[in-house]
Amino acid sequence: MLTIGLSHYLSVSAILFVLGVIGIFMNRKNVVIILMSIELMLLSVNVNMVAFSTFLHDLVGQVFSLFILTVAAAEAAIGLAILVVFFRNRGSIAVEDINQMKG
Amino acid sequence: MIIQGLAFYLFSIIAVFSAVMVITARNPVHSVLWLILTFFNAAGLFVLMGAEFLGMLLVVVYVGAVAVLFLFVVMMLDINTLNLREGMAEYMPVGAAIGVVLFAEIAAITGGWMLAPEVEAARAQPLADPGAVSNIQALGNIIYTDYIYLFQASGLVLLVAMIGSIMLTHRTRPGVHKQNITAQLDRGRTVELKKVSTRGGI
Repeated sequence: MLTIGLSHYLSVSAILFVLGVIGIFMNRKNVVIILMSIELMLLSVNVNMVAFSTFLHDLVGQVFSLFILTVAAAEAAIGLAILVVFFRNRGSIAVEDINQMKG
Repeated sequence: MIIQGLAFYLFSIIAVFSAVMVITARNPVHSVLWLILTFFNAAGLFVLMGAEFLGMLLVVVYVGAVAVLFLFVVMMLDINTLNLREGMAEYMPVGAAIGVVLFAEIAAITGGWMLAPEVEAARAQPLADPGAVSNIQALGNIIYTDYIYLFQASGLVLLVAMIGSIMLTHRTRPGVHKQNITAQLDRGRTVELKKVSTRGGI
């Protein structure tokens, strides 16, 4: 029980990933929370990468985790910028209001 | 070993709990604060796994930059927090169903896999003896040599993200008077000198 193996870390990361997915489906009024859910999912992928890297004794997983971190930061910056512009134009950040490109 | 196990359970339980709070909190500001707690505990898990550099990077990048960015945006947008949770009960069954199915699938995979016997030989960068070389030194040894192009490309990704977010949020407001030195100096002769006769006036 107290000997922590690879599957323990994989379970934590699976739970975090599923929570991110549920968060995307649950919050229909607030896109900021959806972006936070995406961050949660990326974090769980990072945990996965580092866990495999540690337990397979291969350092490349940590390098990939570093690159995922970079992309996550860029994604958060761009997403929030789009959100700010959208709020300026529309005055709301609910998902159902994002339909201006619908024909 | 016991301390390691206890630390794992501490970090992971707090991380999962605060992730639940991120998606269910009533106030978006509270959500961001719970997200910060999740990141801290994930960093603890990283340190526990021996990836100290990534743990510190998680604290610096996520807590120091991304979460603060979220906090800025949440506080800048004037959101009505009262009706934010209106559709939550409606969409909860769908989300929970998809979550359960997804978790069952992941659990089935996690429970049923095993390592291939040749994986030991296929390691690209075998982890050095922890006592000989530190984690950050081992990472630096391969990031700056084998993965230098990917490293530069990720820097480029950050540059593009920076330019893109500035381009998106930049706007020229109407009715704001700013100093434009060239235009002001090029106005031409709007002021003229007149020779005024003594006692005559203009």
